[in-house]
Amino acid sequence: MTAPLHDTGAAGAAAVDVATDVPGKAIEGRSPWRIAWIRLKRDKVALAGGVVVLLLVLVAAFAPLIVGLLGHPPNEFHEETIDPFFSTPKGSWGGISSDFLFGVEPGNGRDVFSRVVYGARVSLLVAFLSAVVAVVLGTVFGIVAGYFGGWVDAVVSRVMDLLLAFPQLLFIIALVSVVPNSLWGLQGSGVRMAVLIAVIGFFGWPYVGRIVRGQTLSLREREYVEAARSLGAGRGYILFRELLPNLVAPITVYTTLMIPTNVLTEAALSFLGAGVKPPTASWGQMLSKAVTTYEADPMFMIIPGVAIFVTVLAFNLFGDGVRDALDPKGSR
Amino acid sequence: MTIPGQPSASPEPAAPLLKVEGLVKHFPITKGLLRRQSGAVQAVDGLTFDVRPGETLGVVGESGCGKSTMGRLITRLLEPTAGRIEFEGRDITHLGVAGMRPMRRDVQMIFQDPYSSLNPRHTVGTIVGAPFRLQGITPEGGVKKEVQRLLGLVGLNPEHYNRYPHEFSGGQRQRIGIARALALKPKLVVADEPVSALDVSIQAQVVNLLDDLQEELGLTYVIIAHDLSVIRHVSDRIAVMYLGKIVELADRSPLYTAPLHPYTRALLSAVPVPDPARRARRERILLKGDVPSPISPPSGCRFHTRCWKATEVCAREEPPLLTLRPGHAVACHHPEDGSDSGARGAVT
Ligand SMILES: Nc1ncnc2c1ncn2[C@@H]1O[C@H](COP(=O)(O)OP(=O)(O)OP(=O)(O)O)[C@@H](O)[C@H]1O
Ligand code: SF4
Ligand SMILES: [Mg+2]
Repeated sequence: MTAPLHDTGAAGAAAVDVATDVPGKAIEGRSPWRIAWIRLKRDKVALAGGVVVLLLVLVAAFAPLIVGLLGHPPNEFHEETIDPFFSTPKGSWGGISSDFLFGVEPGNGRDVFSRVVYGARVSLLVAFLSAVVAVVLGTVFGIVAGYFGGWVDAVVSRVMDLLLAFPQLLFIIALVSVVPNSLWGLQGSGVRMAVLIAVIGFFGWPYVGRIVRGQTLSLREREYVEAARSLGAGRGYILFRELLPNLVAPITVYTTLMIPTNVLTEAALSFLGAGVKPPTASWGQMLSKAVTTYEADPMFMIIPGVAIFVTVLAFNLFGDGVRDALDPKGSR
Repeated sequence: MTIPGQPSASPEPAAPLLKVEGLVKHFPITKGLLRRQSGAVQAVDGLTFDVRPGETLGVVGESGCGKSTMGRLITRLLEPTAGRIEFEGRDITHLGVAGMRPMRRDVQMIFQDPYSSLNPRHTVGTIVGAPFRLQGITPEGGVKKEVQRLLGLVGLNPEHYNRYPHEFSGGQRQRIGIARALALKPKLVVADEPVSALDVSIQAQVVNLLDDLQEELGLTYVIIAHDLSVIRHVSDRIAVMYLGKIVELADRSPLYTAPLHPYTRALLSAVPVPDPARRARRERILLKGDVPSPISPPSGCRFHTRCWKATEVCAREEPPLLTLRPGHAVACHHPEDGSDSGARGAVT
C-alpha cells in the first residue's frame, strides 16, 4: 500500500488486475454486445423463438419461390376442389392433400398454403416497417425531450400522452376509408400498406419515446456526459456518441417486443376490413372470411389463426430472451 | 508540492493561475406548470480565492456544502450566477461552449464516481482518445500510441486499450479517468473527491499517483475532499468550506496545527491520529445537528446553529473572511487564537 507508485506500472496493475487474462493471447475487450450474445446463446427458448422468426422472415422473403415449388398461385381459383352444393372444400380437413398442403378456401378453392405464405409477407412487412417508423420517431423525440428538458420535454410529453389516449384503431379505420386508391406512386394494396405502416408507426412512437426519454433523463446525469463536456464536446457529440450507444440496448429490446404487437394490430385491422385490399392475401382477412364458414370448415379459420399465434409467440420469446441478455437496467 | 514555502517570506507571489472573485451559484427552485421561481439553492455564495501555478489547493467541507458546484464552476461546466473567474488573466466567467473549447485543454477535471465517469459502451482506447478527437489534435505518433503511453503513465497495462470499463476495478477505472484528464497536458486539474468512491486500501495509491504526476508534469491541482485526512499530504494550501462559503483558507501546516475557525477544529478532530499519545490528549468535537439547508441558510455566520462558541453577534452579522496572519484567512467573530476581543463587537 505504501509502495511507491513508480514501479506499479506493470507489477501493480497486474496485481490488482481482473483475472480474465489468457496469457499469451492478445487482449481483446469483451464488449457489452458480445456478453449479451454469449448470454443469449445459452437461452434455448429464446433461440428457438429466434429460429422461428428467421424461418418466417425467409418464408416472407422467398414467398414466390416457395409457392412456385409447393403450391398454386395465390389468386388462382380451383372450383373443382369445392363441393358445389355446400360450397365447402371437398374431402376432410378443409381439403388438405398433397396438392393443397393447407387445404383450399371455401367458395372459390384458392390454395390456403399460398395465401398463408403471401400473408406472412404483408404481416411481417407492415410489422417491421411500422416498428422502424415508431423507433425512429420515438428515439428522436425521446432523446430530445430527455436531454433538453424544460418546455421541450413538457411539449413532447403532452403530445405522447395525447397519442397514447387516442383511439387508434377507430382512427385508422376512418382514415383508410378516405384514402385514395393511388397515392405516392403506389397502387391499391400498396397504398393500404403504406398507410398501415405510417399510422401504426405513428401511434407506436410514444411507447418508444417514453422509454427513451426516461433512460435519457437518467443517462444525462452520468459523469461521463460531464467529462465529455469538460473536453469541449457539443450537443451533437453528447447525444449521438455518448448517450445513443447506451440507448441501443433498450431500443432493441423494445423493437423486438413491438413487432408482435404490430402483427396483431395489422391482423385486427385486416379482420375489420381496414387492411390490405383483396385479392392480396393477409391473415386477418382470411380469419374474417372464415367467420361465416367456420362451422362447416374450421380448418380455414385454424390455419391463419395458428400462423398469427406462432409468429407472435416466436417474436415474444425471442424478444424476452434479448431483453434478459441485454439487461438494459443493470447494464453498467 | 512545496512551492509556496514561507508565505510571509515571499513578498509578491507569482501571478495566480486561477483567480476567483465573489463566485456565486444559485440553483433556482421552480414550482408549478409555469415554472415560477419560488426560491434558490444557494450552493456557492461568494467565494474568493487564488490558485497559484504548481500548487495544490485542497478544498474541504461536509457533503452538500457546494464543493462540487465550485469545481464545476471553475471548470465552467456550470454557468456562474455572479462573480468572476480568471484563468491566466483571462476572464472566462461567461464563455460559451465554443469560447471555452480551446480553454478546455488547460483546465481538466477528474470525477468522483469511477463507475459513472466512464461510458460503459466505449473502450478504454475510445475514452482516453476522446480528448484528441474532440479537440481535433493528432498527437505525435498517432492517437493509439499516445493513449497507450498515457495508460502506462497512470500505471495501467497499455495492452488493455481494447477493453471496456466494466472489465476494470474501481481504482483502475479512476486511473483511466486520470489518463483522460491528462491527455491534453492541462495546466490545472480539478479533482472532485477523486478517491472517496474507492476502497480505503487503494485510496492512498491513487492519491500518490496524483502526487507523482504533479511533479512529473508540473500540474496545478484543486483537490476536493470531504474530510481533512485524504488531502493532508498532498495539499499546499487548504480552503475549508461551509454552506457555500469559505470559512478558512490557510497553508497546510498552520491549518492542521493551529486552526482558527471552530468548524476547522471540528473537522480536524475527526481525522484519525496514528500516534496514541496524541490521540489520548485530543478531544473529539462532535458537531450537533445537521448541516442546515442551503435553500435558507442561517443568518449571520452560517455556522452559528452548530457552533459552541456562538454569541449573539454571530447570528446577526456575517463575519468577513479576514487575513489574521500572513497567508491565513478566517471568517469568524471569535477565532481560535482569541483575537476577537472587543474590536469585533463580541458582547457576551
Ligand atoms: N443542478 C443542481 N440543481 C439544484 N441543486 C443543486 C444542483 N447541483 C447541486 N445542487 C445543490 O447544491 C448544494 C451543493 O451541492 P454540491 O454537489 O456542490 O455539494 P458537495 O459539497 O459536492 O457535496 P458532496 O460531498 O455530497 O458531493 C446541494 O444542496 C445540492 O443539492
Ligand atoms: S462567527 Fe461565531 S458562530 Fe461563526 S464560527 Fe465564529 S464563533 Fe462560531
Ligand atoms: Mg460533490
